[in-house]
Amino acid sequence: MSITFEKVSHIYSDGTPYRFVALSDVDLDIIEGQMTAIVGQTGSGKSTLVQHLNGLLLPASGKINVLDHVIEAGSHPKGLKSLRGKVGLVFQFPEYQLFEETVLKDIAFGPKNFGFTEKEAIEKARHAMKLVSLGKEFEEKSPLELSGGQKRRVAIAGILAMDPQVLVLDEPTAGLDPQGTIQMMELFRELNQKHHKTVLIVTHDMEQVFNYCDRVIVMAKGSVHTHTTCEEFFRDSSLCNSLAILPPALIRMKDALKEKGFTIKDEMEDIHELSKEIAREVKHG
Amino acid sequence: MNAIEVKDLCFAYDKEDVVKKVSFSVPKGTYCTVVGHNGSGKSTIAKLIAGLLEKRSGSIIIDGIELNDQTICKLRNKIGIVFQNPDNQFIGSTVRDDIAFGLENHNVPQPEMDPIIEEFSKRVGMSEFLNNEPTRLSGGQKQRVAIAGVLAMHPDILIFDEATSMLDPQGKDEIKKVIMNLHKEKELTILSITHDIDEVSKSDYVIALNQGQIVLQGKPEELFQNEEKLKEIQLDVPFTFKLTKELKKLGVSINNHLTIEGMVNELCQLRSKK
Repeated sequence: MSITFEKVSHIYSDGTPYRFVALSDVDLDIIEGQMTAIVGQTGSGKSTLVQHLNGLLLPASGKINVLDHVIEAGSHPKGLKSLRGKVGLVFQFPEYQLFEETVLKDIAFGPKNFGFTEKEAIEKARHAMKLVSLGKEFEEKSPLELSGGQKRRVAIAGILAMDPQVLVLDEPTAGLDPQGTIQMMELFRELNQKHHKTVLIVTHDMEQVFNYCDRVIVMAKGSVHTHTTCEEFFRDSSLCNSLAILPPALIRMKDALKEKGFTIKDEMEDIHELSKEIAREVKHG
Repeated sequence: MNAIEVKDLCFAYDKEDVVKKVSFSVPKGTYCTVVGHNGSGKSTIAKLIAGLLEKRSGSIIIDGIELNDQTICKLRNKIGIVFQNPDNQFIGSTVRDDIAFGLENHNVPQPEMDPIIEEFSKRVGMSEFLNNEPTRLSGGQKQRVAIAGVLAMHPDILIFDEATSMLDPQGKDEIKKVIMNLHKEKELTILSITHDIDEVSKSDYVIALNQGQIVLQGKPEELFQNEEKLKEIQLDVPFTFKLTKELKKLGVSINNHLTIEGMVNELCQLRSKK
């Protein structure tokens, strides 16, 4: 099973003067069980793309296969509700959508909506709270009295409570402080590695892509510009530079040194590896 | 002369102090950044300086005048503040109306408004957009309009409260450029609350806060040398500082640099000596 897009297009306000082609002829094969980053400038179609994954947006043409569900342009999609239980979508600034009186009720809202009993929903909510490291003391708090990072955890727990196989996150760390960002990214890594969820993250932060993701999809003007492994994507700065993306500091440093005649290998995992390469060059020339 | 002088400042929303005996001063024309994780008291201090919150004890002196009930109206005019969320600070239905809003509140006569709006929209590179709807602008453009609106009030001190944190990389760059240009003119004192290590590196002075107290303050290159202390309060240091530390462990003696270019140059010199 995998997630595939075949010649998918999406048009906003078709038939009006505001007609806007947000996706055109997108072919994509997203590998399950991996962490994939979706990058690209604002307006390149990232958010439109991910909203097709659970049928929130339907294609104007083309076909999408998601976990055995088929969404095809022109035909009425079937089983969208069950698909939405399997593909959890977390929007930008999801904390704005919290509305219940208590954290526990807010998280239990999703599973209750999907037909679970009150008791089952609460159980699922408690489990989701554990996943996002929200302690029992938060259960009865109002979501409104929490910090920004905590609120976002509650919102993500609300999606996790439905136990989706695929987790799609639209700029999940925007507006968080550096510590909140790291905690959030570690959480996604754990969900991916320990709980085997397929994770898709829309992000602008190349350090996150470099440090956490397996693959990168670059969107440009409504099309897939590049889809490759992170290793390949960050081999050198040239691809990033051609896309007006600032590469991670490690890659910039490596490339700047190579330009000055340093011999440094291209596959670079982390700062320790780079420092060893530099030390060798500086000491032995 | 100091634009801002804060002495033993304390503040509490309810019982417990969230700002505890904070003292610092910002000389006129300085570009000062304030760092600290969420909940460290950064925004609270900014709001106290701007007179949006009332202190519990201590003093705030702006341009030599102590902030109190008698002086607050006068001092507020000296201070402009730009907030985090570009969508939460629009009033006008066009960019022009939005910049005009502050001027109207200050009883600026209509004929004088237009040249002021032209001037400040130009300073932030938004003069082409004066008749546009604010809602149809990008995040970076929205924040630039917010800055123009504040500049039109001729403040002496400009406070940015995480003004770039909700923007995409392009928007962040736009705003950082506007801030740097304003700083170069040397007329304004800038206080910027930020998580952006790159912005901190370019500022004159940094104040690091944790749990309502100042933990470290100094020039960025001095501050970043306290990596352990910064780690304790969960703050990051630039990549170049991390790499320098790793290299020292491997026996390469190299100075700390704020930029990749600076570090590469020294490494080249080290290599050619061998």
